[in-house]
Amino acid sequence: MTDSTESENEKMDTTIKPSSLGDVASSVTRRAPGTMAMGRGLEARGIHAWFGKNHVLSDITLDFAAGTVTALIGPSGCGKSTFIRTMNRMHEFIPGTAMAGEVLLDGRDVYAQGVDVTKIRLQIGMVFQKPNPFPSMTIGQNVLSGLKLAQLKVANKDDLMEECLERAGLWNEVKDRLNAHGGSLSGGQQQRLCIARALAVRPQVLLMDEPCSALDPGSTLRIEETIRHLSDSMTIIIVTHNMQQAARVSDYTAFFLSDNGPGQMIECAPTSEIFSRPRDKRTENYVTGRFG
Amino acid sequence: MTTSVIPAPTRPWVASTKDRLFDIGIFALALVVDLLLVAVTPMKGKLAYVFVFAIAYVTLSALRQFIVRGSASAKDAFVSSLVAFGAFVTLLPILSIFVTVIEKGSKGIHLGLFTHDMSMATPTDPLSNGGLLHAITGTLTLVALALIMSVPIGILTALYLTEIQGRFTRPIRFLVQAMSGVPSIVAGLFILSAVLYPIAKNYSGFMGSLALTILMIPTIARTSEEVLRLIPNDLREAGTALGGTQWRTVAMIVLPAARSGLVTAMILGVARIAGETAPILLLTGGGDKVNGNAFNGPIGSLPYYIWKSFNAGSPESITRAWAGLLVLLILVLVFFTIARFLGSRKVAK
Repeated sequence: MTDSTESENEKMDTTIKPSSLGDVASSVTRRAPGTMAMGRGLEARGIHAWFGKNHVLSDITLDFAAGTVTALIGPSGCGKSTFIRTMNRMHEFIPGTAMAGEVLLDGRDVYAQGVDVTKIRLQIGMVFQKPNPFPSMTIGQNVLSGLKLAQLKVANKDDLMEECLERAGLWNEVKDRLNAHGGSLSGGQQQRLCIARALAVRPQVLLMDEPCSALDPGSTLRIEETIRHLSDSMTIIIVTHNMQQAARVSDYTAFFLSDNGPGQMIECAPTSEIFSRPRDKRTENYVTGRFG
Repeated sequence: MTTSVIPAPTRPWVASTKDRLFDIGIFALALVVDLLLVAVTPMKGKLAYVFVFAIAYVTLSALRQFIVRGSASAKDAFVSSLVAFGAFVTLLPILSIFVTVIEKGSKGIHLGLFTHDMSMATPTDPLSNGGLLHAITGTLTLVALALIMSVPIGILTALYLTEIQGRFTRPIRFLVQAMSGVPSIVAGLFILSAVLYPIAKNYSGFMGSLALTILMIPTIARTSEEVLRLIPNDLREAGTALGGTQWRTVAMIVLPAARSGLVTAMILGVARIAGETAPILLLTGGGDKVNGNAFNGPIGSLPYYIWKSFNAGSPESITRAWAGLLVLLILVLVFFTIARFLGSRKVAK
């Protein structure tokens, strides 16, 4: 994980700082059995984004080292969600959008010509703001839906289902009713079901777009625990409006802000630093609640 | 801890007995005024009773509210009784049709209707001779064929309009809407001149189904489009974010989520064409015998049977026509009931 303000772009090519190398090493040893290698993480290089003519995101360069949790904070409309949607190419799902820059997964640009976009989305999973289990499927089918959608074969579906629900912290609550509809779960359980569903295709990176904003504190706590567990085996980027949440779950925090123009990244640093001694006055104002 | 006394549950917003009595009083008063006015003025007939009663009731209930609560309440009472009357007027022709068809049609209903055709009977024969078997099987054949052709086309059109949203979305949506206004005789004449005369050269159920398909596609396409639009975009995004292609996402997530609505669309399409007469007269050739081959030779159908029986003119044949109408009405009603049932069954959220 590299801190990057615009002036530091030159240094960016080193990609991984010694401190984050330590994270990778330790997470490799802590990796849950059966999970895939995490790779080198995700790097965003000079990302811009547009909706039609509206320039919403300007020149974001950020590295996400493997096995770290990075929180993106900032006021509404500053482009955090748009930014993570450019990571797994969901940005282009909305008609009339455009982007510039590179997103490197294991050093390869996900926007390069000839890249299979569905493969990218398998490697970079996503959990949405609103829990959205598939209504026509049971809990079990929901977990395995990614395999069916991408037409992947797996040796033992039951084991995979159990493993994913276990990792999402939902197994004990649903193991006796895997054939019930996903809609019969509470909001927090549905969101953990969506996390389990995202895990089933074994992504290297998990993007979470305000995953707890529709949930009560109890469910939020469960999901935060889940995030901490998952970070042993994957890279997580989480957008959140809840600064306590960012402080609780993330290793790094990036502050985004739009000043009547496109959204920019003001600063990115280890989470403890962002909340204790931010370098930028605007960050300090935001994290101390003076605006936003 | 102190024990709190739980009060008895009450519903202070429910109308009191006095209010109810007043309501009944107003109703009775309106009835009296109605009877008097119809008796003393030249207005006569059932409709006069209905309309005079409506005016009397609306005025009296508004007047009562004006006295009790003032003009705002009076306006409120005026409009709500007017709305209730409007709903009643809408129901009037439907109820009237039902009553007439059941009353006249039930005389011609007997078990033989469902086991015999008209090949050994003429419309003027006694009612116990012959039956509707050829017409019922014919209508079911025509509807089934039209369904097989129009459902894929209709749903694919709806998918183009909601999922692909290509360059032609607007013109196609416009054309589909325009198509739903095409008079059925036009569809019939089109198939007659474009297919039957130059190519098929013979009446058949298939020709009829082709015309019915033209009429059915817009209904299915528009209803399916509405249904597919209700599927939240979240689900499409979730499917795509899990590495599904657009086709896999639509087939595995969007269509199953819309399943009950799509079934409703199909059945509304069936209800739209089940009683269609003009193209049937032009294209199927009628026939009094059960014809199992939809692709060759004349085939009977309920609308054709009704038309033919009315034309025969004898009291027996006219009763036959009413019986045919009753059977057709029941058939359409069954389709609608199934549609309502399937449509109201919620898929788990």
